[in-house]
Amino acid sequence: MGRHVVATTDELPPGSRKIVELHGRRIGVFNVGGRLFALRSRCPHMGASLCEGIVSNAVSSSRPGEVVWDAEAPMLRCPWHGWEFDMRTGKSWCDPEKLRVKRYEVTREPGPFVAETYRVERDQDAIVIEV
Amino acid sequence: MAVAQQLVEEGRQPKLALIDCDVHPALPSPDALDPYLSERWRSYRARYGVRPFGKGIVPRGTPAAARVDAWPPNGRPPGSDLPFLREQLLDRWDISRAILNATAVSGRILNADFAAAYSHACNDWIVAEWLDPEPRLRASIEVAFEDAQAAAEEVRVRGQDSRFVQVAFFARTAEPMGRRRYWPIYEAAQECGLPVGIHPGGGGGQPLSSVGTPSYYIEDHAGTMATYQDQVASLVFEGVFARFPELKVVLVEGGFGWLPPLLWRLDQAWERYRDEVPHVDRPPSEIVREHFWLTTQPMEEPPRKSDFLDLLDELDMDEHVMFATDYPHWDFDAPDVAFPVRLEAGRKERYMSANATALYGF
Repeated sequence: MGRHVVATTDELPPGSRKIVELHGRRIGVFNVGGRLFALRSRCPHMGASLCEGIVSNAVSSSRPGEVVWDAEAPMLRCPWHGWEFDMRTGKSWCDPEKLRVKRYEVTREPGPFVAETYRVERDQDAIVIEV
Repeated sequence: MAVAQQLVEEGRQPKLALIDCDVHPALPSPDALDPYLSERWRSYRARYGVRPFGKGIVPRGTPAAARVDAWPPNGRPPGSDLPFLREQLLDRWDISRAILNATAVSGRILNADFAAAYSHACNDWIVAEWLDPEPRLRASIEVAFEDAQAAAEEVRVRGQDSRFVQVAFFARTAEPMGRRRYWPIYEAAQECGLPVGIHPGGGGGQPLSSVGTPSYYIEDHAGTMATYQDQVASLVFEGVFARFPELKVVLVEGGFGWLPPLLWRLDQAWERYRDEVPHVDRPPSEIVREHFWLTTQPMEEPPRKSDFLDLLDELDMDEHVMFATDYPHWDFDAPDVAFPVRLEAGRKERYMSANATALYGF
């Protein structure tokens, strides 16, 4: 357990993702419009590789005919059955208290880093996950 | 390593043969059947298109209604690439037999002659590109079911090939399936010893529900069971099984949580009005339990898990429930985690393979 350098920032531009394996767990790290998120890539429903799903936004409504598209709330949809998870919290939309996916702290940190499996040069920033 | 194999090695699961009763091969491109069509119909398709009754409504929740991870590396549609289907489905889950349902549009093509030619070409395509190269695969016969004579002819042709194990209908037909216009198909199916499989989808232009066309995909998806209820009632009360006592019907991808209360209701109605349909000479529930089979996916997932076992008991069709994944579609059920509860070993073995083996003669 600990901190892991998983990418350089250049490798993960906005709109991209990378799935890494740490301590035997597959974890997806996402750059959504400059914001970083990291989630365990296993759907609690049937075990699909969750982080291969589509990234969208939370949609809600206070009455029929009104639609709120929440640009601040990125949602990850399972590639199989479409269950939605709030990428900020790991909580599912439909049963947020009981059904959630593990989320991890992820930060941008200035290089240089020399990690066992990763090298980040002096002029690069690194993406670091806390597991 | 196949997940199933891994579970066996870890001692978490005894080795269980696995049969998948609903897999969808897709045409890699709109002109993929051209090599199997005559010159006349190739030129017709190029000039006029397939012209089905109502366009297929895609995307259905996801592009091509598929698992997001089911697009083959070659970029072609999910289910169109045999090597990738082997890798992602047959090998990964150690599936010994899988039944292909092409669900091409033959049943709703408006030009009857083209519909018959298209269904024949589709079956030739299934033989050449799926059944011949992959011995684990079996298939339903694609038929133009709104033209019963043509469909019956196609059934008799394909019935000669034991790899075709079923006759495929869409759930929404132009008229209720029990009506006599469809009987020539049932006659051919019975003659060839083939069950009729009913899969969700639209045939002759009926709206999605009995009250019209709903606004949302979610209603289309979740409301399918109403159509299945209508078809079960029609097949029973029209006397199809009195006329074709060996006929078997498989409800594919329709769920089954709705079936026990429907049977209560049909039996109750029969006790009161059976004189209207004297050819129905025993309770509808008996007829259904004898003549109908069910595939599992998508199963109801009740909030109180034990209710699922109560449902199976109430259903009382333990010899007639058969596992299916619906690969590569988005509501895929993974074989090792599909059931919301742990099933007793004998029951699980029946659902995962023995019932399908007995029905289809594998």
